[in-house]
Amino acid sequence: MSTLRLAVEIGGAGHHPGAWRHDDAHPGRLVDAGYHVELARTAERATLDFVAIPDTFAPPPAALPPSARGRLDAVAVAARVAPVTSGIGLVPTATTTHTEPFHLSKAIATLDYVSHGRAGWEADVSRTEAEARHFGRKHAAPAEDLYAEAGDAIEVVTRLWDSWEDDAVIRDVATGRYVDRDRLHPIDFTGAFFSVRGPSITPRPPQGRPLVVVRVDDDPAWVPAARYADVVRTSAPDLETARSFRARIRAAVEAAGRDPDAVAVLVDIATQLGRSADDAQRTWNELDRLGGRPWRPESSRFAGTPSGLADLVEEWFHEGAADGFVVRPALLPAGLTALADGLVPVLRERDLFRHAYPGRTLRDTFGLARPASRYAA
Amino acid sequence: MERPLKQIHLAAHFPGVNNTTVWSDPAAGSQIEFDSFVHLARTAERGLFDFFFLAEGLRLREHRGRIHDLDVVGRPDTLTVLNALAAVTTHLGLAGTVNTTFNEPYELARQFASLDHLSAGRAAWNMVTSSDAFTGENFRRGGYLDHADRYGRAAETIATARELWDAPNGRFTHHGPQFDIAGVFDVPRSPQGHPVLIQAGDSDAGRDFGAAHADAIFTIHSTLEAGQAFHADMRARLLRHRRGADELRILPGATFVLGDTDADAHERADVIRHQQVGPQTAIAFLEQIWGRDLSAHDPDGPLPDVDPDPDAVITRGRVRHGDPAAVAKLWRETAEAKKLSIRELVIELTGRQSFVGSPATVAAQIDEYVQSDACDGFILVPHLTPAGLDEFVDTVVPLLQERGSFRTSYTGTTLRDHLGLRRPDHAAGRAAAS
Ligand SMILES: Cc1cc2nc3c(=O)[nH]c(=O)nc-3n(C[C@H](O)[C@H](O)[C@H](O)COP(=O)(O)O)c2cc1C
Repeated sequence: MSTLRLAVEIGGAGHHPGAWRHDDAHPGRLVDAGYHVELARTAERATLDFVAIPDTFAPPPAALPPSARGRLDAVAVAARVAPVTSGIGLVPTATTTHTEPFHLSKAIATLDYVSHGRAGWEADVSRTEAEARHFGRKHAAPAEDLYAEAGDAIEVVTRLWDSWEDDAVIRDVATGRYVDRDRLHPIDFTGAFFSVRGPSITPRPPQGRPLVVVRVDDDPAWVPAARYADVVRTSAPDLETARSFRARIRAAVEAAGRDPDAVAVLVDIATQLGRSADDAQRTWNELDRLGGRPWRPESSRFAGTPSGLADLVEEWFHEGAADGFVVRPALLPAGLTALADGLVPVLRERDLFRHAYPGRTLRDTFGLARPASRYAA
Repeated sequence: MERPLKQIHLAAHFPGVNNTTVWSDPAAGSQIEFDSFVHLARTAERGLFDFFFLAEGLRLREHRGRIHDLDVVGRPDTLTVLNALAAVTTHLGLAGTVNTTFNEPYELARQFASLDHLSAGRAAWNMVTSSDAFTGENFRRGGYLDHADRYGRAAETIATARELWDAPNGRFTHHGPQFDIAGVFDVPRSPQGHPVLIQAGDSDAGRDFGAAHADAIFTIHSTLEAGQAFHADMRARLLRHRRGADELRILPGATFVLGDTDADAHERADVIRHQQVGPQTAIAFLEQIWGRDLSAHDPDGPLPDVDPDPDAVITRGRVRHGDPAAVAKLWRETAEAKKLSIRELVIELTGRQSFVGSPATVAAQIDEYVQSDACDGFILVPHLTPAGLDEFVDTVVPLLQERGSFRTSYTGTTLRDHLGLRRPDHAAGRAAAS
């Protein structure tokens, strides 16, 4: 029996586009460290697997006034939160289209150091011409190319993590050598989009390889997900869609020569919890009104009571539709507090969810062994 | 009339990947575990320092075609460590070295604005311009930049970053030789307006870049006179760029060795120099100039009789020296005149600590440099990770405070406050951008 996974996405004033106008939202605090720390600590109190910190180079939605735009570099936010948390996984999004794989690799490795082994990385692509214009180096490309490039970037990032063997630093006073250079490896990657020589400038991170997360909504994302993802995120409007997706992605993982039981499939779910179903729906309607239109996310949605959401989670999990969920509270921080104080206690009572973290690292939380470096003899 | 005492600015440089850092000492800790960074940063903050400083090097150094293994190797990602340190400090400035050649302005502006927000106004950016093809092999852009263009790209990078930081409602358009970009910048103006900008580079082009753009200069000067000359030179350059003399802080890097007495300190300094230049390091140092394998030579014996190979480049990823034949000749003469072995010569050439003495002596020297306009303070480089600054903070800082030339508490909250620098005018930015 696998373990139920629960993560929360902490982006903007909440997942609902009308959230920033709500009285309970704090759009002005989106750039404050304290805001992110509070969210991460709430998620940690609920012993969630990780916080997903979204990011994009795309312009903010035009409807957002500058005062509500505050969006910071996600790796930076994760690093700022790391020293003042101790159990929660930290999974920032970092894109691969306009960035340098070498920089990404050392940034996530360093996040792993400052969090003592709680780092993950959600690899994403930049699809639009608006993003391309922020860099001015190339035009927007078809999804096939973007995901092929993302796959190469993940390959390079993970090779660089392995490029220092664990025991490379020897501090051998007798011979005057600080490192054993035979345990440092060039990665010599050459692909269609870039080449990278290596080794990394950063020693192998505490987890060996921080967890790689890939969202699969488009067809071209299947290839890098099947090859590299430790966690697959997806959208699914109903249980049947989710179950069929999970079966197919597990088959794809197996076809790529990996163990499907070592890959967690998490479905996104937008939530609004309330004392009663009516109460929750009222808030959702209020957010729709504030957002100027009824909003329905592409993935599943739940407005109701904590025990109602627990029923849904339990059903999908037991039916093999998902290994767990990435919850996207319609409204933050209230929606996350409601998870911690509402949903999680119910799941714990039903023996469906942990009371404490099983270890120190994100790999421990996911029950994944620390991999050896691919370069180790 | 006597002018009021200048206030000293101090920064703490995390010990780097060169032989200044002594890893072989029993007290030497991890160069990568976060606790080491926390220890140095908290010590610096306890000592009321202006900022913590991280260098950067984007490819492991090589010697004779292999990774140089005698010095510390490996370092973290600069910005990620600084963001994490923001969580465990409250006032200390957080300065990161980030290259302008292998990064794009949109991302850099966003990263530094993020650090400035997440640290509540304590971010600084040391812009460096290394553009060698050796380092470029780690990047998709490669080493495409000509050495002569490095400051052109750097200047356009900072100009572009400032346009983004100042953009009204985030909208920006920039057309230039290096960057042709437009769109919306999504980070609201950060507490300092712009992070503090530091420049490190000593060439004429580098000095001019610093005078035009920087808030602080990281430099190296061995003597008081050299410092005064540099200070005067920068003053003249500032004027040419229509900037006031009070708009730039000059902060040389400096090492130090303390002892109960001056004699104790000199004894310790000698031990440290021998730790910094072990037998293998001495030979490797010579090989950089000779361009040949000298491993058969005795480090405690005389310099090699053979001449340097004029064509060999055997060290990559570090600063180049002058003409090898001339350097070798000079070194041989020095060694013969002073009767020095290879190792003793290398110690003589490289191992000089900037300040050696009792706390009172060092405090007096530091104060003298600042009061006589050789600089505005120092970026101190301890030789030990992580505790190499402890003694300085415990013994020298109180004496500087007694002298009236160093703060006794932080009087502001941002790094600009500590350095006495103005917050850039938003309105000016708006006018320039519109
Ligand atoms: C004191 C000092 C510190 C420097 N630190 C770094 C560094 O950490 N990383 C780096 O890539 N370059 C560093 N540099 C190199 C300079 O930024 C610059 O790229 C190089 O000196 C070439 O420019 P120049 O010809 O103007 O000196 C440093 C230079 C100086 C003088």
